Formats: sequence, C-alpha cells, structure tokens
Amino acid sequence: MSTTDDFYAQPGEETEGTVYTAMGGDWAEIAAEQAERSDEILVINMGPQHPSTHGVLRLILECDGETVLSIRPGIGFLHTGIEKNMEYRTWTQGSTFVTRMDYVAPIFNEVAYCLGVERLLGIENDIPERAQVLRVLMMELNRISSHLVCIGTGGMEIGALTVMTIGFREREMILDFFEAVTGLRMNHAYIRPGGVATDLPETGIAQLRELIAWLHKHLPEYAEFCNENPIFKMRMIGIGHQDLAACMALGVSGPVLRSTGYDWDLRKQQPYCGYETYDFESIAWKPTDGWAPSDSYARFRIRLDEMWESLKIVEQCADRLESSRGKPVMVADPKIAWPAQLAVGPDGQGNSHEHIKHIMGESMEALIHHFKIVTEGFRVPAGQAYVPIESPKGEIACHVVSDGGTRPFRVHMRDPGFNHLQSVPIQCEGGMISDVVVAVGSLDPVMGGVDR
Amino acid sequence: MSDDKAPDAKLPGEQKTVDTHVEGADSAPGAGLEREDAQPDEALDAVALVPVGAHVIETRTGMWSAGSGDTSGYGRIVHTVEIPNEGLPSEGWYAGVVGRLLKLVPDALVRVVFDRGELTFFVAREKLTEVMGQLRDDAQLRFEFLPSVSGVNYPSDAGAELHVAYHLQSMTHNRRLRVETTCPDDDPHVPSVTPLYPAADWHERETFDMFGIVFDGHPHLTRILMPDDWVGFPQRKDYPLGGIPVEYKGTTVPPPDQRRSYR
Amino acid sequence: MGIEDKIPQGVLLTTVEGIFGWMRQASFWPATFGLACCAIEMMTYGAPRFDAGRWGQEVFRASPRQADLMIISGRVSQKMAPVLRQVYDQMPNPKWVMAMGVCASSGGMFNNYAIVQGADHIVPVDIYVPGCPPRPDMLIDAMFKLRKEIVMKRPIGAHELEEIEAQEKAALEAMATHEMKGLMR
Repeated sequence: MSTTDDFYAQPGEETEGTVYTAMGGDWAEIAAEQAERSDEILVINMGPQHPSTHGVLRLILECDGETVLSIRPGIGFLHTGIEKNMEYRTWTQGSTFVTRMDYVAPIFNEVAYCLGVERLLGIENDIPERAQVLRVLMMELNRISSHLVCIGTGGMEIGALTVMTIGFREREMILDFFEAVTGLRMNHAYIRPGGVATDLPETGIAQLRELIAWLHKHLPEYAEFCNENPIFKMRMIGIGHQDLAACMALGVSGPVLRSTGYDWDLRKQQPYCGYETYDFESIAWKPTDGWAPSDSYARFRIRLDEMWESLKIVEQCADRLESSRGKPVMVADPKIAWPAQLAVGPDGQGNSHEHIKHIMGESMEALIHHFKIVTEGFRVPAGQAYVPIESPKGEIACHVVSDGGTRPFRVHMRDPGFNHLQSVPIQCEGGMISDVVVAVGSLDPVMGGVDR
Repeated sequence: MSDDKAPDAKLPGEQKTVDTHVEGADSAPGAGLEREDAQPDEALDAVALVPVGAHVIETRTGMWSAGSGDTSGYGRIVHTVEIPNEGLPSEGWYAGVVGRLLKLVPDALVRVVFDRGELTFFVAREKLTEVMGQLRDDAQLRFEFLPSVSGVNYPSDAGAELHVAYHLQSMTHNRRLRVETTCPDDDPHVPSVTPLYPAADWHERETFDMFGIVFDGHPHLTRILMPDDWVGFPQRKDYPLGGIPVEYKGTTVPPPDQRRSYR
Repeated sequence: MGIEDKIPQGVLLTTVEGIFGWMRQASFWPATFGLACCAIEMMTYGAPRFDAGRWGQEVFRASPRQADLMIISGRVSQKMAPVLRQVYDQMPNPKWVMAMGVCASSGGMFNNYAIVQGADHIVPVDIYVPGCPPRPDMLIDAMFKLRKEIVMKRPIGAHELEEIEAQEKAALEAMATHEMKGLMR
C-alpha cells in the first residue's frame, strides 16, 4: 500500500517524497509500483577526455539529479610501463624515465629515485654540499610551480580564469630559470645518482635573485584574488571533506593530510637533503578545539602558504650557493659520478670544451670512466631501499631493488596521487556534481604519476 | 697456460663473491638498553632469528646478457647475487620492535633483514594478516600508515618467485618498516590486508594487474592500469617489454629488451 | 593581363576555396586532448606568454563536436586508444590532427607494451611536432605551418570529393611501410 503520508508519523513530523507502508502480504505490489516509477538515477561518465586538466581520469558517477550517489574513478589511461622500461636502461637513464611520471613536479620524482639509488650505493653521506643545496633549490622552486599549476587549474575549473593566467605567468619565470640551469623547461633529468648533472650557469645567481624578487612581488596577488572571494569560498568551503581518520586509513599525505590539522611534513619529520638545516615552517591548519575544516578551501590556503615557505627556503639556498661557488656538484668517486660537464656551445648544449680537452688530451682514466659510465653505467650493490620525500602532492617514494647489476631490477614509485584518487568516493558521494570537480582539483592528482 | 687446468677452474680474481661481515649478530644488545618496548630476553630471541651472512638468490656467469657473443674475455666471470644483511644493530628501536612482535605473534617471522638502515620482516603468507594486525594495533608498534605495496618478481628464487613488499610507517613513533611476504609461481595467493589498511585497495589491484598475485579477500580484485581484457601480467620478468624495432638510416635498432646489454 | 586590368581599383579577386581556407585558418579551435606532459606545454601555449589567443585559439573546446583540431599531446596508451578514436570520430569535418611531441608522433622514448607507437596508428595525422616536450614556440611554429600550408589549402565542394577519392585510391595501392626500404639514407 503506497501513500504519500506516513500513517505512523507523529503530529509535526513531516514526510518527504514517496513513502511506502508495508502492511503485510503486499510487498510484491510495492515492488511493482516502485519499478514502474521511472528511476531517476543517472549514470554519467566523466570520461578520460574532459576539460578538467587533471589528465586522463575517468569518473563514473551515479547521480540522482545533481546529487552524487556513487562515484568510481577509473585510471590506467596513461599507463606507460615506465617501471618495466627502466629495467632495461642504466641507473642514470632511470632518472630520465622517472621524471616523466609526475610531470608537473618532475624534480621530486628524480630526487626520490636518486636518493634510493644513493642509499643502495652507500654514498648518502658523500653527496657534496653544493649538490644538496642545488637539489633543495630545484625542489622548492618546483614546489612553487606545481602549486601554481594546481591553484591555476583549480581556479580555471570553477571559472576563475584569471587565476590560471597569472599562475602560468609566474610559472613561466620559474621555468625560465629551470631552462637556464638544466637546459629544459620540463622533465629535466637534472638530478642524477651522485649529485646533480651540472652546476649553475654564470648568470645563475643573478637570475635567481631576480626570480625571487619577481615572486615576492607577485605571489600576494593570489591571496588578494582568492582568499576572501565570496564565490571561491562558497565553492570550496566544506567541499571535499576528509577527516584525519579517513586520511590515515587511505594513505593520504601532503596538503590534504595537513588540512585535517595533523602537522606531518616529511621535510620536518624525516629530513633528507639537508632540510633540517633550513629555516622554514611546515604549514598545517591549526585546529581549534580539535576541529579543522579538512576541506578544499583549507588545502588551497595551505598551498598558498607553502609557496611562501618555499620562497623562504629558496632565498636561503641562494645565499648558500653564493658562498659555495666552485665547489663540486657530483660525488667524488669517479666510478659513479656522471662525468660530463655541460655547456652551451654554438650548436646547442653539449660537453664543454674543457671537459673534452681533459678526457681526450690529459687523462686516459677520465676517458675510460666517461666511456664506461655512459655506456655500461655503474654497478649498484644488491639490496632494496625505500626512500620517501615530501612532494607538493604528498609523500612520494621510490622502492628500488637492485641485483648488483648496471640496470635496476625493480623500481616502483609510490605516487601520492594514486592514494588520493582512492579517496575521491569518500569526498564526493553525497555532494553535487559540481563539487566533484572542486574536490578532485583539491586532491591535485597528476595522472602520469598515478598510472606510471 | 691455462690448458692444463680443469675447464671450470677459476683464475684468481675471476670469481667474485660478496663477503659480508655481519656485526652484532652473535652479541646481545647491551644490558643498558632501556626500552619500555622490549624485555632483554625478547630481544635475544629476536637477534637469534637474524641469519648470519647474506641471502643468495642467483648465480650468474658472464658479463653480457645471455645468448650474446662475447669477445671481451670476461665470459667466465661468476657473479653471485646476494641480498646483504647487516644484522640487527644494538642501538635504536629495531630490536625492541622485533621482540615486541615476537611476543605478540610467536614465530611470526621467517627472516629479519637489516640492511642500509632499513628493517625488513619476511613473513609467511599464512601469518600475514595476524602480523599486520598486531603491527597496526599494538600501542608500542602502531604502524598505522601503509603508504605502498609493491610486488617484485625474482624468477630464480625457487618457491618464492613473487614477493610482495608492504612499506609501513608509524607516525606515532616516526618509524618505517618493510614487511615482505612471498608466494610461489604456481600458487600466487596472498591474503589481502585491505580490511586492515584500506589504503592497500588500489595498490593490491595494481600488484595483481602487474604480477598476477591474487589477493584473497580483496573486495574487488580487477585490473586497474591495463585494459580490463588484457592477457598477461606485464611486469613479470617473463613478460616481454613489447617494443618494436626502429628503422633508422638503413639499419634496424631492436627494441630494448632484445639488445645486448651488460648484466 | 586578363580580367584584373579591366576592373576598377578596390576590388579583390579570389576563389571561394581561397575564402573558405582563409576563414578556416583564422578561426581554428582545438579540442582539449591533453594526455601527459605535453598537455602542460599546451596549456602554456594558451597562457599569457605564448598567448594562442592572438590567432583565436585560446578557446580549447571541451566538446569535440565544436572543434576543428585535435592536438594529441602526450603518450597514447593502449587503454586510451579507443577513446582517442572515438573523440576523433565525434569531430565534424573538416578536421585536422596534430601529433604534439614524440610520444604522439612515434611512441617516443616508450618503446613498450603499454604505448601505441605513434598516434597515426589510430587517426590520420596532418602534422607532427617533435620534442619532449616541444616548447610552446615550436608548437606555435607548427600551428602556423598547419594553418598556412594545410588548412588554407583545403579544397571544397567537388574538389574535396575528388581529393577524397584520390586519397582512397592511393591508400589502396600504397606499399606497406615495412616493404619500403632504404628510406632514410
């Protein structure tokens, strides 16, 4: 027996929607009546090609009107088999492959991989100081540029197109610096096992100081545009809520974890590359009475503040680089250190004239080392290592297994986006479709890292 | 001048083995070890589990990939692949954790490896759920965060060709641990830890997709990275890389897995 | 010599095909098909410094039904290949395809089981842009070449039908790629 009134409702208790009251023996009728009421559940496929610029992510949604009843992410559309490909290349070439996983923050992939290889080689304490400072410098600049992409595309997806244009403008300045140092705007393969590929160019420090000044001048614009913007706040506050217990259960780290109020930053808790010697804060939302918003707005604010902290670290790196001019940037062991000194010549970037003169004219050993390291590669003693670092998205780590040879036996990257996308259902079910876009944007997945 | 020697006699310097010196394996941690985590006798039991010497997984001959002609003269090199093991160090939290786990789950561990600052527990798959449960729940262990599950295929490790490495992190105590379990090729089943650590959901799907390890008890074990109807498990060592030969200036360059390479 | 001498000043003579071609290349919208790293460079191509809006291309159409150009930017995996073909089929004629980056052109550095070795295995490509990833400047150059040499010269009407027939005939008689030897000497 179906009715829109509830027989058993107390006075004042309203009913919403259709209520079926089963009196016994009438279940078949109720079921038939429900079946012929055409069900309003839509199945929507936000397929791998869609304008949200998080890459090829497929979201399968079941919606009742605008409310999402269930959502499942489908991944694998960018699976490249990088890990298997690395088993057929030398350890140094692994840097070139690994850098294309999380392509928005490529330096972090390289650092995680190289720290793993260096732990296996046992040269963790022999990396020169200047190389460590250069690594930290590149990592922090990459953190700023990755957060700019996240904020820019996140803003674009909710319609704030100016945030994207100014974000990419800043990013261009950072990419100019990357190009001056590594030769490439993206996917640099700059961090190699043993140190970094090449030192700063002569105008490097000056360009870095200009970049710092530019960022100081322009980073406040994001806060001005967005922090108190009523549309931003309406679209982002309360959206994508994921509390601490859910984060811990699902392996979520990075700004998403710190938005729950838990201050966990691997640069502080398990420092690497000399981070313990830098003066910076780890940004987490300070909970009030044990409550923190754990939503997209909190993550956005955390990312903004993290950019300022990264800029602080970059300034400290610039000072250290000035005082350590001329120091080596590769480990001293000639059987591991990447031999080439790169310079820009009339036909592009290549080995510098001094290096060619050295290996061809002055030192037979240097020529042999250069040849053997580039063709055969160095041998890494057998064993396995797992080194986690703090990337702009969360914990990125590299599980490296060596069998004593010149090629990796197994490399597995633990990418933060992989775990973050697992938590999309928790964040989005029960909300509206438009909030799905905001929530996924606040998780900041990069499909190259998710699918590898 | 080597004609009168036996054919497989090795010239000095040709035979390379890894000579590990294991420290601390036969000495108990210092009596002054003040840890609430472990009683001294537990730590002794723990240390007794640590095998002396490294674990050999393969012996290889020759310097080049198998089947390629070799004129280098290094063809008779014999190279053993050993996973080194330093033995539990006397200072640090390591012995305490081992002892505590053994108190909660007796004979949980097949082997304990401490190498390059990282502690690895080798656990039989039958004990895996219990061990992981205790590691997560016990107050002195509290490894509540599972960042990564990865599979490794050791084709030469007979009876244990497929390894699954669980990397655990204790945020309470700021420690990291690796738990590794193995399964043979002809029975690739491992119990799933998804009921304990929901984070393992997609990681186990990926390990299944890439290696073919079936995780019993996983809510929906399907392919995640490859297309749903793909045949084969790509990251196993017996699966080809799958590249195509590239023609360039009149020559053909074979794909990476068919080129001659150093071993 | 001919008719041009007899008409008054201020009159321009051209063909309908010429006008169509000129209008098509002036307003030429790409579909979002960003796959991997090249997608970031494609976004930078639309961003202020390399501003694709100068020739009307900053509107990346989300729906392929409204787009003229598909920029395949990034590696095409086996799982993505049917999606690529479906999006290509959803675009209305006339349409063009640009393979941006080495992964889309030829599989790039990923010569393995998971990557299609060149998007031209799936869709007909009009212009290939090398680079890993190509700088936005290279993309601008490729876009200009595509517009001036290919888009502007596309035939219409009966000429288009003739060209389609000629292409089909050539494809039927063409030699397989693996039989063509000595191409790159």
